[in-house]
Amino acid sequence: MASVDIRDVRKSFGSTAIIHGVSVPIADGEFVVLVGPSGCGKSTLLRMIAGLENITGGEIAIGDRVVNNVPPKERDIAMVFQNYALYPHMTVADNMGFSLKLRKAPQSEIDAKVKRAAEILNLGALLDRFPRQLSGGQRQRVAMGRAIVRDPQVFLFDEPLSNLDAKLRVAMRTEIKELHQRLKTTTVYVTHDQIEAMTMADKIVVMHDGIVEQMGAPLDLYDNPVNLFVAGFIGSPAMNFLRGKIDGQFFVLEGGARLPLGTPPSASAGQPAIYGIRPEHFLIDNEAGAEAEVVVVEPTGSEIQVVARLDGQEVIAVFRERHDFKPGDKIRLGTDRRVTHLFDAQSGKTLARQ
Amino acid sequence: MADAAVARTEARPMPGEPSAWQQLKVNRNWLGFWFMVPAMAFLVLFLVYPLGKGLWMSFTDARIGREGRFVGLENFEWLSDDSDFIRALIFTIVFTFVASAVKFAIGLYLALLLNNNLPFKAFVRSVVLIPFIVPTVLSAVAFWWIFDTQFSVITWGLVKMGLIDRGSPINWMGDPFMAQCVVIFANIWRGIPFIAITLLAGLQTVSPSLYEAATLDGATRWQNFRYVTYPLLTPIIAVVMTFSVLFTFTDFQLIWAMTRGGPVNATHLMATLSYQRGILGGNLGEGAAIAISMVPFLLAAIMFSWFGLQRRKWQQGESND
Repeated sequence: MASVDIRDVRKSFGSTAIIHGVSVPIADGEFVVLVGPSGCGKSTLLRMIAGLENITGGEIAIGDRVVNNVPPKERDIAMVFQNYALYPHMTVADNMGFSLKLRKAPQSEIDAKVKRAAEILNLGALLDRFPRQLSGGQRQRVAMGRAIVRDPQVFLFDEPLSNLDAKLRVAMRTEIKELHQRLKTTTVYVTHDQIEAMTMADKIVVMHDGIVEQMGAPLDLYDNPVNLFVAGFIGSPAMNFLRGKIDGQFFVLEGGARLPLGTPPSASAGQPAIYGIRPEHFLIDNEAGAEAEVVVVEPTGSEIQVVARLDGQEVIAVFRERHDFKPGDKIRLGTDRRVTHLFDAQSGKTLARQ
Repeated sequence: MADAAVARTEARPMPGEPSAWQQLKVNRNWLGFWFMVPAMAFLVLFLVYPLGKGLWMSFTDARIGREGRFVGLENFEWLSDDSDFIRALIFTIVFTFVASAVKFAIGLYLALLLNNNLPFKAFVRSVVLIPFIVPTVLSAVAFWWIFDTQFSVITWGLVKMGLIDRGSPINWMGDPFMAQCVVIFANIWRGIPFIAITLLAGLQTVSPSLYEAATLDGATRWQNFRYVTYPLLTPIIAVVMTFSVLFTFTDFQLIWAMTRGGPVNATHLMATLSYQRGILGGNLGEGAAIAISMVPFLLAAIMFSWFGLQRRKWQQGESND
């Protein structure tokens, strides 16, 4: 196992710059998730760690060794691909043992290691099958088995769950996390799914347009996003953003509705800003709440999602308790003032509080 | 009236159990058969009939202008003693074997080369196809000139390099062995594009992530080829080599345009010998017998690939476990 240090890494394809200086320290044994929308450079960054892409600028170190010019096979990393990249003409056992075979390990050692990995992943009964004879989830596990067998310094995962159906994805998420807790191998995991990021990571790195927007522990990012992008990307349903002005203890929407602010911001009163509130932090407040009109009601069983028009802007509110709302109903929405967010209208950065 | 109506209902088969004639009209499998009939008729007319006719003629002493008498295996008995035929048979086998092997080796090499990111990739790929699109006779004439004893560019080049003497040029097309080499060379030149382009198509179906996975697993370039590319390419190699062997074994045009089987019958393939004896010589029965003698070899090649082509276990789906 080893730490991975990404220092001011840049990547250009020809004259097109994809990654503009990214620095991410990854501690030994840490599970780091790179998350961001398509085209943000997260997969490219992962492939640079693997050595499948050249590094245009900056340094990547695995352990103490800078690996910029080290060929992939000497980096001692294992990667799980989005399409699994299993060798179709080899059995499960041969797929898992291929790297050892190339290293000319004795057959007894290969068998033992493959057997151990198969036990960890519950693949024992499938060792003689070919990839075509496996289901998506089983292929996924074989791909992980191939990585485990090598006992590498670092595991790299490139959107490994995106080809699975929703239910299996949840199950495999847990399995991967369990595996990491068991093996404690440094892991870098790329996904565009913020739920995967939130549930699995020790540390999330939110990327956007080739830069790191924010990195930190999942709940830290959830509670204290540094800008509009991170606030909107992390969390589902996404945070509501409302335009308006700061007025002391309150935030005044464009139509005049007033929402409470927690600690007042250090910005001056009257400054245009964006008010951020997560759907679950709305509450029904029949005395002081702002009036809103119900547009759509979506019960999910454990909660109800209500799309409402508040002061001309659509917001989503989520209630744990059951309300019998109908479209067109007038409700009064208040907010939990301790968990409101404020962003600068121009820069999108979070406004400092007093 | 009532009885008649009842009788009529009884005569009609129960719904769900259509009569045999009805089945011929509505049953899925029969319907499929009917749709195949026109194509089958076409095949019978243009493939089975000529083959059958050829087979029949090989058992007769037919000549041009004379309906043959059945003579049994006499034609074949004659041929087994005919040194020209034996020579053509051996040369056909050598020709097929050498040309196919070299075509495969070079074709595979070219395919691997073209599968890389070359500059002007599309242009280079189309250049590779040139030997394939030049009409055979035209390229044969070109080779004829290239290997002309006196005026050939090769002789000129060798003389300029001082490797041979102007006075004693290599008799490319006049020497039996040399002529054999030249026609094999020409066949190879023409056949490479087919193999290279087909194998290239096969290579492009291999997912690049397999190579990436193998590279991370520690494979060198050679190991990438040996353990990933080659096994994944075997099904298409089997197909393309079957076709290549069939085309090479039955080659006619190139030989006929370049040497007409000469010198001293050294470059006769079975196809050219059959034509010479059957059409030019007028001995239709004997010509047919030579052509029919090719069939067992072609069948062997087809059987070989039939078994070679059987889907490998890794290509099979779950149900064939």
